[in-house]
Amino acid sequence: MADYNVMELMICTAARELEDGASIVVGTGAPNAAAMLAQKTTAPNLVIMFEAGGAVPLIPEMPISVGDSRTTWKALMASGMCEIMETCCRGMVDYTFLGGAQIDMYGNLNSTRIGADHQKPKVRFPGSGGANDLASFCWRMIVMTPQDSKRFVEKVQFITTPGWLEGGDSRAKSGLPVGAGPYKIITNMAVMDFEPQSKRMRIIAINPGYSEKTVQENCGFELLKAKKIVENKPPTKHELQILREQIDPYRYVIGR
Amino acid sequence: MNVIAQGVGKIFTDPDADKARAFFRKKSRKMVSKVMTVKEAVEKFVHDGEYLCIGGFGANRIPAAVCHEIVRQGRKNMGFAGHTSTHDFQILCAGEVFNKLDIAYIVGLEARGLSPNARRYMESGKVEVSEWTNYSLSVRFKAAAAGVSFYPSRNIMGTDTFKMSGAKIIECPFTGTKYAAMPAIYPDVSAIHVHEADIYGNCRVRGITVSDFDVARASKHLIITCERLISNEEIRRDPSYTVIPFWCVDAVCEVPFGSYPGNMYGEYFSDEEHLREWLKVEEDPEEFKKFLDKNIYSCKDHFEYIEKNGGMHKMQMLRQKELMFIGARA
Repeated sequence: MADYNVMELMICTAARELEDGASIVVGTGAPNAAAMLAQKTTAPNLVIMFEAGGAVPLIPEMPISVGDSRTTWKALMASGMCEIMETCCRGMVDYTFLGGAQIDMYGNLNSTRIGADHQKPKVRFPGSGGANDLASFCWRMIVMTPQDSKRFVEKVQFITTPGWLEGGDSRAKSGLPVGAGPYKIITNMAVMDFEPQSKRMRIIAINPGYSEKTVQENCGFELLKAKKIVENKPPTKHELQILREQIDPYRYVIGR
Repeated sequence: MNVIAQGVGKIFTDPDADKARAFFRKKSRKMVSKVMTVKEAVEKFVHDGEYLCIGGFGANRIPAAVCHEIVRQGRKNMGFAGHTSTHDFQILCAGEVFNKLDIAYIVGLEARGLSPNARRYMESGKVEVSEWTNYSLSVRFKAAAAGVSFYPSRNIMGTDTFKMSGAKIIECPFTGTKYAAMPAIYPDVSAIHVHEADIYGNCRVRGITVSDFDVARASKHLIITCERLISNEEIRRDPSYTVIPFWCVDAVCEVPFGSYPGNMYGEYFSDEEHLREWLKVEEDPEEFKKFLDKNIYSCKDHFEYIEKNGGMHKMQMLRQKELMFIGARA
């Protein structure tokens, strides 16, 4: 087994979720690394877009911004925010990768604030950016995040970005496009999906070196468990080589 | 129309399309030279208390010279569209320029981290905020550009972002589907940096346009900064390149390297070293004050700012990064 760190494991796990020919809108950092890795391994025809307008670039190195010129390097189209978001809203984008400061059992994300007073918050975060839009429109939202009980909380202080809202059919009733929603949660410890009826987060795979007990201990709410929980496969030598040599040679993301 | 739910966030600009039409009816259609300095443009078109929008995407194709000049001239109490805003937001926070804010993305500089000073300002309680998303603000400009008062979209419903916004949920009269109605934003003034413009304000943009196509048309006043002035003959040679027409534009300022320290597609990459310095120096308010004195308040114009931060030598290196002769992190 090759030596690897948790960031590399999360990126490899996320990359394997993307099937060849699928479309995805990604941000900078780990999500972008995962999409690039998928494109260089199992999904050469992955259609990658960026919310600022870049569409299907031959990404030469990791972008620093979702609007920098690496997102349109030898691209098929340099468009705008509406073009990309409307492509998502029309139903043509399969995946998006998101993160947040807090996540709850229904996959709702907080990236807005900590503290009760909205006009004078204890901690102010960036807000939605395009996250709410992408989570509303893209068929499958995948969250990549480190896991601990401060981040995985019973109730997020602010729902910036919709998961399954209050579970059950609450999302469908809200008016958001039907059939889209959180799909997988990829952490340093495990992979979770959502139980189809209750829409509650459920462990489906555990990373090497972790147990069901530690995954639960590092989560602020009760996790459901799939009937069969598998051990998540570690990164292969091939994946690590591409990630380290071609995608992130400066260890900008994988060195975190 | 039946309103099913509505957010409690304030709407800082009047979405009324007829009032906007009355304004645009009087806006000049004369094709005259609008060339002036950034200082003159800000004196003339940016006023205390007005609503401001900045084009580009955070640290990509931003009118940095205009942002600096607004701070230098001490504009206050403005409304601001925090739409895809990163380094532009950081500059305006340094001058505490606005106290009313529509938020889509603020405080952060994407993968570079969060701005300590912008956070202090946003956690001070001095700024009244409404919560939106990037696409929500994009369609609010799109509505204004189309001369209508709202635009229906399928995001934000069911979330706290909606509750703290000024949007309303309505039902489609044809299908019964729920939509979030997003009120039009007609900014009093916007600033957009472009690659090329003629003296009348016909503009060419290369690379992504973000929301600038609509922002330009939605704005009551528009300041253009450009990398290069080009001839009107060149514009007429191929009108398919024109992204913004002259009748939207009030001022044209030639500012080479005008997006610095931001990225400019096909011209120069962002100065990551200088952006890191901004973030670092903001940790100490006293140091930050000295930094602002050096880089904004004591500078006559954008050239002086660039001279103080590496001059032509730096610009050449950023050009080589942009064209991938050397890597962005080399």
